Amino acid sequence: MSGRNKRESDTGRCHINFVQLEGLALMKIIKHCHEEGAGNTEVAQGVLLGLVVDEKLEITNCFPFPRHADDVDEEDYQLEMMRHLRKVNVDHLSVGWYQSTQLGNFITTQLLDSQFSYQTSIEESVVLIYDPIKTARGFLSIKAYRLTPEAISTVQERDYTPEALKKMRLGFETLFQEIKLVIKNSHLVNTLLCELYEMMPGSEGKQFLDLGTMSTLDRSLRCLMEYVDDLSQEANKFNNFQRQNAKQLQDKHKFMQKRAAENAQRQARGEPPLPEEDVSKQFKPIAPLPRLDAMITSGQISNYCKQISQFCSQSLGKLYVAKALQDKK
Amino acid sequence: MALNLVAKVHPVVFFTIVDSYERRNPDAHRVIGTLLGTIGVDKGAVEITNCFCVPHNESKEEVAVELDFAKDMYELHRKVNPGEVIVGWWATGHEITDHSLLIHDYYSRITTSPIHLTVDTTLHGGRMNIKGYVSASMGVPGRTPGTMFAPIPVEVISYAPEIVGTSVTQKSKYIRQRIVESTTDLHQIFEATQNMETTLDVLISYVDDVLSGKVTADNYIGRELTKMVNQVPKMSAHEFEEMLNTNMKDLLMVIYLSQLTKVNVSLNEKLTMLVATQ
Repeated sequence: MSGRNKRESDTGRCHINFVQLEGLALMKIIKHCHEEGAGNTEVAQGVLLGLVVDEKLEITNCFPFPRHADDVDEEDYQLEMMRHLRKVNVDHLSVGWYQSTQLGNFITTQLLDSQFSYQTSIEESVVLIYDPIKTARGFLSIKAYRLTPEAISTVQERDYTPEALKKMRLGFETLFQEIKLVIKNSHLVNTLLCELYEMMPGSEGKQFLDLGTMSTLDRSLRCLMEYVDDLSQEANKFNNFQRQNAKQLQDKHKFMQKRAAENAQRQARGEPPLPEEDVSKQFKPIAPLPRLDAMITSGQISNYCKQISQFCSQSLGKLYVAKALQDKK
Repeated sequence: MALNLVAKVHPVVFFTIVDSYERRNPDAHRVIGTLLGTIGVDKGAVEITNCFCVPHNESKEEVAVELDFAKDMYELHRKVNPGEVIVGWWATGHEITDHSLLIHDYYSRITTSPIHLTVDTTLHGGRMNIKGYVSASMGVPGRTPGTMFAPIPVEVISYAPEIVGTSVTQKSKYIRQRIVESTTDLHQIFEATQNMETTLDVLISYVDDVLSGKVTADNYIGRELTKMVNQVPKMSAHEFEEMLNTNMKDLLMVIYLSQLTKVNVSLNEKLTMLVATQ
């Protein structure tokens, strides 16, 4: 990651090395996503507010977006909210946005587009992806992502042909870069935490030590299978395109050869050669396939795989602990 | 004016209150704001799930609260969560002043029996006291009635993910820079096992003390200990080995398959890139 950052500073862009999240913003995100989520497939989104200090992006507050966007003008809502928050001295500079996800299925074209528009208007913006399901199971899962500069230039051109991608050296792994996220609290909040520690219900929150792993694993694998199917469809489309291209090339060659042979014959007979037709007009070149969907699907798959391996490793750990307990008996 | 109300507050509310206090105007000694939440069906408990700060000016004689601001903010919040209603108001500081009465009056016009929450951010007495009140009218009949703020118990409840979030942020207490970094899942299990080990050590030393007669045995603790030991499921060693092995095999296979998929995907991408740009 440091290599990429050096490259960024070469091109004069901003370099954010890590994102600092305040406890308050984290709790608000958790609360909003929990209340919005609850079973439906739509994501909960909101705006992050904060400041940029040297090479870290401080997120000090956030507010949620209303989900029923039909009767609410999003721009107005955002402006109103920020105006009011400014009155109570909250940082009113938007530095990004957050989104909830379900088991990590967040790499979509919408995310790409939204983050692109955010990053072009506000250079340092990040998107925070929060997973409420994983957090409910006991592992706080919140990550910060940005688009790499290569991704930004590609989206700007809207050119997803393989040539453009190769020029930009853009692959599914270099679409987004994950930025280190830390949680920071002020001293007063720490005092509050000491008070809360005694008041919080102590028995819950330990369910991550639960050995029952099958339901989550089952769900993740199912989602993974869907995406692999999508990717294989993309691969099929690509293969078809290849085949068509090859066939077209062959046809072109045959035509050229026929032409040359006819011309030779005519010359032999002393007649003027046939006019050189524009070969390319006859065989219209097939448009190269945009690789965007394939890239996004691949990125999604790799994300899933990463999550699954993490999940499995912690389950293995738990199994060993259970073994130790049993042996002690 | 049910005096047996219990205020159940989510941690988010406290975080917002403390943050608003930190961001107050330089001449303000305290900040106030509105509490949002839901009133329980049995009217015995009020769940406070959100809050926001309202700018106000306070001087010796008068107090001015920006009511339009409060109304606007409430409307904006309702757009996101239509189920939340105003259930009261909060203030920082360790005592209730005369001005609080006026503000409380205003809030009682909006909702019945508003709850007043105070969070002592000035750390009066070395602790951040959190207290809740409802107002009750009192006085001698026939004369001007007064209002008394009767204390009500304040509890903290949260959704499961909120508990996880709070426990992660709790770690910031122990580190100098007050920073908590995100850790892998395995690391969290590791930390939890360490915690278990330390608690077990405490328990073992207690049992040793009892056995050697240093501490008198407490029946209640003894019963809890037996319950705990009996919770480890009794299985024959053979059965347990089998269960463990099958589970481990499943997990290892899943790990292997996911790594395979990952490699396949990157290979796919490299190949298509190569082929397409020939």
